[in-house]
Amino acid sequence: MTEQQALYKYCLRLGDNALIQSYRLSEWCSNAPILEEDLALTNFALDMTGRAQALLSYAGKLDGNNKTDDDLAYKRGERDFYNLLITEQPNGGFAHTIARLLYTSTFEYFFYTELLHSADATLAAIAAKTIKEIKYHKAHATDWVLRLGDGTEESHYRMQQGIDSLWMFTGEMFETGEADALLRDKNIAVDLGAVKSKWQASIAAVLAEATLALPKDEYMQTGSLQGVHTEYLGHILTEMQYLQRAYPEAIW
Amino acid sequence: MATDTQLASWEVFMQGKPGANYIHAGSVHASDKKMALQNARDTYTRRGEGTSIWVVPTDAIVASNPDDNDMLFDPANDKAYRMPTFYTMPEGAKAI
Repeated sequence: MTEQQALYKYCLRLGDNALIQSYRLSEWCSNAPILEEDLALTNFALDMTGRAQALLSYAGKLDGNNKTDDDLAYKRGERDFYNLLITEQPNGGFAHTIARLLYTSTFEYFFYTELLHSADATLAAIAAKTIKEIKYHKAHATDWVLRLGDGTEESHYRMQQGIDSLWMFTGEMFETGEADALLRDKNIAVDLGAVKSKWQASIAAVLAEATLALPKDEYMQTGSLQGVHTEYLGHILTEMQYLQRAYPEAIW
Repeated sequence: MATDTQLASWEVFMQGKPGANYIHAGSVHASDKKMALQNARDTYTRRGEGTSIWVVPTDAIVASNPDDNDMLFDPANDKAYRMPTFYTMPEGAKAI
């Protein structure tokens, strides 16, 4: 693996995380509990689409085949997507989506804070733009976890359910592969070990304040670093890529 | 009218740029101050409309009753001598 190939895969993983989570959040459009929350969640989806666009455009340049961000989003098969499994899981109820947003936005907050210092100027610039948005996503998710966790008996139950059922997907966030090792040596990639300890401390503090129990580390799901996904990604891509597959090169 | 079940109502005021007046932008639902501010931000500022937000509980606003409009506002209209329009503007004064 060359440095360029490693960087290509690194950008795909980050871009796919943003793209697929954006897709899931956009499914809340017209379905959120209140109009204001509908706007908030879909705004987050748009933030993430912007981030995906920046990362996939950059990946397209690295690939050397003149691929665009659209090529990478709409013309790639499931096994070539590297998004974390947690991002493709169905939304479930509102508390379930909020649990995922807490896990991912807290991860992204520490991850992109580190990425600001990347030796790769483009990645550092993307991080600088996106960190402001992520800070807000994290604050929003944290506030809801506190409200629901420390709310009524029903909201506490639902929040705990979300926190528990998604826990097994969090181990993957800190997995590293060949690309990470190669880019770490060049100070391009983020040190996921450092991110992990900050993430754990932050999540533990939020859950404690929300009167929620911290799940125990048991079996952790894995696979996305090798492009192996849960059944849900295929369904997402079927819908997301339908137009390009049915009408190749369609524009409007 | 159906009962509003969507949390308390808050009025949103926004300042377009530093130093400008705060202008009523609309209202949002929220259960507390923090949520009201976040909802106002998400609802009204995503396209650069403002740089500062106030949120005020709708209950805290005392409004005049439209039925009293005759009593409150009409008397001003037919007394032109109340308007400062009979003065000659000093030369060079642009905004008085």
